[in-house]
Amino acid sequence: MKINPDDMARIANLARIELSPEKLALFAGQLGDVLTYMDALNAVDTADVRPMYSPVSHHTVTRPDTVVKELARADILAGAPEDDGAFFIVPRIV
Amino acid sequence: MAQYEAVIGLEVHAQLLTRTKVFCGCSTAFGNEPNENVCPVCAGMPGVLPVMNDKVLEYAAKMALAVDCRVNPRSVFARKNYFYPDLPKGYQISQYEEPLAEHGRLEIEVDGERKTVGITRIHMEEDAGKNIHSATENVSYVDLNRCGVPLIEIVSEPDMRSADEAVAYLKNLRSILVYLGICDGNMEEGSFRCDANVSVRPVGQPEFGVRAELKNMNSFRHVHKAIEYEIRRHIDCLEDGEKIVQETRLFDTVKGVTLPMRGKEEAHDYRYFPDPDLVPVVMDKVMLSRWRSELPELPEARKRRFMAEHGLPAYDAEVLTAERDVADYFEAALAAGAEPKQAANWIMTELLRELREKKVGALDCALTPQKLARLLKLVESGTISGTSGKQIFAELCATGADPDTYVKDKGLAQISDTGAIEAVLDEVLAANPKELERYRGGERKLTGFFVGQVMRRMKGQANPGLVNELLARKLG
Repeated sequence: MKINPDDMARIANLARIELSPEKLALFAGQLGDVLTYMDALNAVDTADVRPMYSPVSHHTVTRPDTVVKELARADILAGAPEDDGAFFIVPRIV
Repeated sequence: MAQYEAVIGLEVHAQLLTRTKVFCGCSTAFGNEPNENVCPVCAGMPGVLPVMNDKVLEYAAKMALAVDCRVNPRSVFARKNYFYPDLPKGYQISQYEEPLAEHGRLEIEVDGERKTVGITRIHMEEDAGKNIHSATENVSYVDLNRCGVPLIEIVSEPDMRSADEAVAYLKNLRSILVYLGICDGNMEEGSFRCDANVSVRPVGQPEFGVRAELKNMNSFRHVHKAIEYEIRRHIDCLEDGEKIVQETRLFDTVKGVTLPMRGKEEAHDYRYFPDPDLVPVVMDKVMLSRWRSELPELPEARKRRFMAEHGLPAYDAEVLTAERDVADYFEAALAAGAEPKQAANWIMTELLRELREKKVGALDCALTPQKLARLLKLVESGTISGTSGKQIFAELCATGADPDTYVKDKGLAQISDTGAIEAVLDEVLAANPKELERYRGGERKLTGFFVGQVMRRMKGQANPGLVNELLARKLG
């Protein structure tokens, strides 16, 4: 599968990373190679195979609906670059 | 002018009434201090693993069963990727290709016409946090308390053809969620939210028109207004030969119009893929049949039973069963001896108004169903008039006073003593000889004058029915 630099720019934008035109061309080529490699799988007839969503064979384990308070608010806020003791503070969104 | 037909499909997000979030043990309590209900899992710290809350599965499955969905034996969680500060992981855990349940239906009724609306799917997902944008500084504040609170999304088929049908569908859906006790149904606080897909096509055209997705409607009234506006807008566009663009539009509650969202906010490319941290949810058949057996009597069934068992008109039965606690209140009043139609009338007018004004639930009202039954007995026996019953209703709701004691203490009992009324009636007739003569001369409308005079002398406490009866007998 071919990835052109425009596709690459869109993917970079969705991932919030900035790439120079040189890098866009470079990664478009590399990502294209990866996808071409994956294309080999398309040769396999999977019409009768159920999609596998997880490589592990067991299924969901649930937990009881019981409140657990793990950390104090200050501990949670401490992981952010900026806070005011109550809220996380981020660059203005709108 | 061509005839047009609107096509409406709805997406509802209902917050589930679990104690904890869907994938971690944080509390879901509303109104706590910001970021008080947050842990490494819902804050999106690296290396944490989500573990599913068993109640979420139970509640979602119960809703699926209540609207006749087929519950899939296996369903899969997927990551819906987008960047926004209220979603610290950078993706929302949702379901995409294999949802919990599919192919359900819901009956609605508009202007006496019944109709079935298909339900495409119901899936489980997590809510995002809340952002507050500073008015003065160049920053936004993030509160993650709501992040990870469980939601179910209920997607309808594009089966509705008018704003009335859409609202009827939403009201029924909300009512079922509240009956099941799995959602509080509060639209203003956002625990029951709705997006509407609206398109318009010429009548007879099989293909759908281009649709707009409407958001930001936090009451049934807003949903109705937004859809009506959007239908008119589409028809105007079609009439003028303009092209309708597929877009997301926000309802402006002040102006009553829908406006396009800015392109940037709308740029969706969610790149769904199965969440590798969560293995498939396998639905246990034994659990499923147990949950099915635990379903309460649902609003539609209860409405039909109220009509059959208590002889109520469809309208009354509908109003009384729309909220589970109101229906419970009604039945408790009947159990305490109230007559069904009387109880229905008083609950639908007096009680519902008081509950709305005071913002209390029916079963929290100080005027208990048992006390209402006693109040109705006082009215029925003629001890007090219907009018004074209504006058003291608010007071009884506020204080929870016993109706019998209250009526006695305030001296409200009306006089139904024939002798006492007759005595006053004789006085009145003797004091107004001219009017009596005119009445005998054929001026029948003077009845009202005599009744009024008796009521005045008896300070309004005479039983009016009895006064009329005695007057007719004396003059007839």
